[in-house]
Amino acid sequence: MFRAKDYRRAESLEEAYTLNQKRSNVLVGGMMWLKMGNGQKGTVIDLSGLGLDGIEEDGEQFSIGCMCSLRKLETHEGLNTYFGGIFRECTRHIVGTQFRNGATVGGSMAGRFGFSDILTCLLVTDAYVELYKGGTVPLARFAREGCGRDILVRVLVKKDKRRAAYVTQRNSQTDFPVIACGVAKKDGNYYVSVGARPSRADLVVRPVTGEPLADQARAAADSFTYGDNMRAGGEYRKHLAQVYIRRLMEQLEQEER
Amino acid sequence: MEIGFVLNGRKVTAEITASTVLLDVVRDKGCYSVKRGCETSGCGLCTVWLDGTPVLSCSTLAARVEGREVTTLEGLSKEAEEFGLFLAREGGEQCGFCSPGLIMNVLAMERELDHPDLDAIKEYLAGNLCRCTGYASQLRAVEKYLARGCGNPDTRESVQPQE
Repeated sequence: MFRAKDYRRAESLEEAYTLNQKRSNVLVGGMMWLKMGNGQKGTVIDLSGLGLDGIEEDGEQFSIGCMCSLRKLETHEGLNTYFGGIFRECTRHIVGTQFRNGATVGGSMAGRFGFSDILTCLLVTDAYVELYKGGTVPLARFAREGCGRDILVRVLVKKDKRRAAYVTQRNSQTDFPVIACGVAKKDGNYYVSVGARPSRADLVVRPVTGEPLADQARAAADSFTYGDNMRAGGEYRKHLAQVYIRRLMEQLEQEER
Repeated sequence: MEIGFVLNGRKVTAEITASTVLLDVVRDKGCYSVKRGCETSGCGLCTVWLDGTPVLSCSTLAARVEGREVTTLEGLSKEAEEFGLFLAREGGEQCGFCSPGLIMNVLAMERELDHPDLDAIKEYLAGNLCRCTGYASQLRAVEKYLARGCGNPDTRESVQPQE
């Protein structure tokens, strides 16, 4: 567990942003991963008093606050109905209910963790992150570039009628995924994301062709790089990605009929 | 810094540092049912309710519970005893170290889910690790406990496991 000199429940995003400019200070979400560190921190900046823990829905989009718990993402009826249950699927394997009641969407996203199911899943949707100073940026760009000392305030998921599917494989229940795959289809394109490669998730967009789905899946899977870690080798991950992307494409095709 | 919160229905205060976690505070207050297990947010032994929601006290900043309501097994003794009988009857309590966290989560599940099937029970309780039972006996106990009389758990009469 890290140690900290001070704790501050921010009363405004401006206050949190100002405090966060000092490198020794730290923003906390659910603190699930952060607590694994042993370092000395300055001020712990807590955003839990800013009303950013909910999911709002209007005609155009879902707006997910950075302090929204993974459990809310998992159980939100509107979000899961609209996107065919992918948010339930991408969260329900994460450790346990108590963990998901604490872990936050902002914490998972801001860390841009390689194992993040949330980032992998959101990438196949038309999603954006709202940064306090940096404005609204596409999620794929945020995933590549991060946001430095800025604050991720909300994740915005557009209602663009795309259909999506998501799957992971784990060596044991509740472990980090060995591979995580998401596929969405819209306007003649497949949106394919692969995470836990083990590096962070990325997105490729490929046109739907008349080729067999196995070939299209292989081509999409080949767009990513894969590495080794204690959970699996890169070659195995690549094979899994080909198989799962094909299955997700098949699932979407079947749903379309 | 000092915080004030409600612990098992009683207002309490505690002196904490910026990085003190809730687990240490509730144990300092005598709630020894809350166990220190993995400390990596993975085992569920430290489960408490925060405003009625099960959370991991090893991963919850104590400063965040200011003004809120914390419940441990000590605050649910009647219900805990009732489920504990089912657990004992099915051989679901061996070393017993994981039992307080499991009981807290089972009682939370009972409030949150409406007639969960076995898959839903397994999913809800996946964050409660047990190294003795292999889970089968615990799951039998949970199913039988949930299958006993229905109604509001706060007002229902205690039910003994059947022979």
